Amino acid sequence: MSVAEAIKTETPAEKPEQVSHKITGKDVCVYYGDKQALFDVNLDVREKQVTSLIGPSGCGKSTFLRCINRMNDVIDGCRVEGEIKVDGTDIYRSGLDVVELRARVGMVFQKPNPFPKSIYDNIAYGPRIHGQASDSAELDQIVETSLRRAGLWEEVKDRLDNPGTGLSGGQQQRLCIARAIAVNPEVILMDEPCSALDPIATARIEELIDELREKFTIVIVTHSMQQAARVSQRTAFFHMGVVVEEGATSDIFTKPQDGRTLDYITGRFG
Amino acid sequence: MTDHIVTSFSEELEQLSINVSKMGGLAEAQLQSAIDAITRRDMALADRTVAQDQQLDDLELLIEENAVELIALRQPMALDLREAMTAIKIASDLERIGDLAKNISKRSLVIFQDYETPNRLVQGLSRMGKLALGQLKLVLDAYTNRDVDMANRVWMSDEEIDEMYNSVFRELLTYMMEDPRMIGMCTHLLFVAKNIERIGDHATNIAETVSYLVTGDRMVGERPKGDKTSTTSVPTAT
Repeated sequence: MSVAEAIKTETPAEKPEQVSHKITGKDVCVYYGDKQALFDVNLDVREKQVTSLIGPSGCGKSTFLRCINRMNDVIDGCRVEGEIKVDGTDIYRSGLDVVELRARVGMVFQKPNPFPKSIYDNIAYGPRIHGQASDSAELDQIVETSLRRAGLWEEVKDRLDNPGTGLSGGQQQRLCIARAIAVNPEVILMDEPCSALDPIATARIEELIDELREKFTIVIVTHSMQQAARVSQRTAFFHMGVVVEEGATSDIFTKPQDGRTLDYITGRFG
Repeated sequence: MTDHIVTSFSEELEQLSINVSKMGGLAEAQLQSAIDAITRRDMALADRTVAQDQQLDDLELLIEENAVELIALRQPMALDLREAMTAIKIASDLERIGDLAKNISKRSLVIFQDYETPNRLVQGLSRMGKLALGQLKLVLDAYTNRDVDMANRVWMSDEEIDEMYNSVFRELLTYMMEDPRMIGMCTHLLFVAKNIERIGDHATNIAETVSYLVTGDRMVGERPKGDKTSTTSVPTAT
């Protein structure tokens, strides 16, 4: 056997990429009354990665996002079929504690929506109702850590008693992210978190998303394709209630497989 | 392919592609003139060829500027981004082809003034030039039609030019060994042959770029290569 052959045979066979899915969606259908908004959506979300959901308005991406922490429950006439699992647990099974689910799967909305309370109480509210802090010192610690992780601590540490609503838009959104991570969730859902923010505040949030990826699984709905391209590792393209294509973000934006995806990302959708 | 929602975006992309094709046509004409000038000993044509190279340089600059502006202002994705990137790449290959054609003409001016060129030598060069011209034409058609198969054909057939270059190279060596007074002219002719061979290489570069533009993937595998002159030595008399 030649040296070249010897080297070749000793190389271990390439292992298939180890993929761990945090969220799995199987044949998900969503109806608003008679109108069907999602059609048999099969979409898995990888752990500790940022997955962005893109698509034109009304394509079902926000609907799918809201299914993941059962935010659709609060909409009258909304019905979810199929199966969504977080860590292997069906989140639509009967008897599931929805409040506990929403602590595990946090959410950040399009418009910053801090409680009309102090900055401190905005963060402390969740840990308090979930009984996650045994004393006030621990609660102080949670507030500080959450604000630090959200990159807001240095800006607000001297005015924790001021109302959260008095902050700038970008700061308010980071406050909401801090509030979401204060209860130590595993998944953070973001529904167009930057669409009400200026470019600088947007860049800060994007930087934050990149940092949060170390600890959390993030699913983000965005209308900005550049943002999806910048922040996410995986991208799913929704169109008319179906997932047209899901894949590595770099592939989706350079060589999409489906013509509809290509049309959308290149701005050709009529 | 349907048009963009923003019409001016489609128009800008189209204009970019038109300019590349226009530049291709110019490069083709320059190469044709350079070959004609040397085979017909046409000094006026050689002069014109040298002067016209500026047009190619200007067009390359324009294409580059337009492509950069398009990327900055439109943030093109996927196929559109490849359009912009490949326009820059192809323009740069065409500009090099123009330079090489200009250099052939410059050398032919020197040759005409100082030497009688043996017909057989010029015939060889002319055949090589026609082959290169054919390759360039084909690859520009491949670009205009976004035709991967055509690009592949160009990519696979550069070998012929290489082989012809080998034989011209050897022939020139023989002339130089026979008569040292020929060295001056033969050196110039050698460079002319080398320039044509390089033009063939640029045509295959463009073929690779066209394939990437259409498919989004790089061409893989070894391209057949036939240039063996880098390892050829002059046999010394013993």
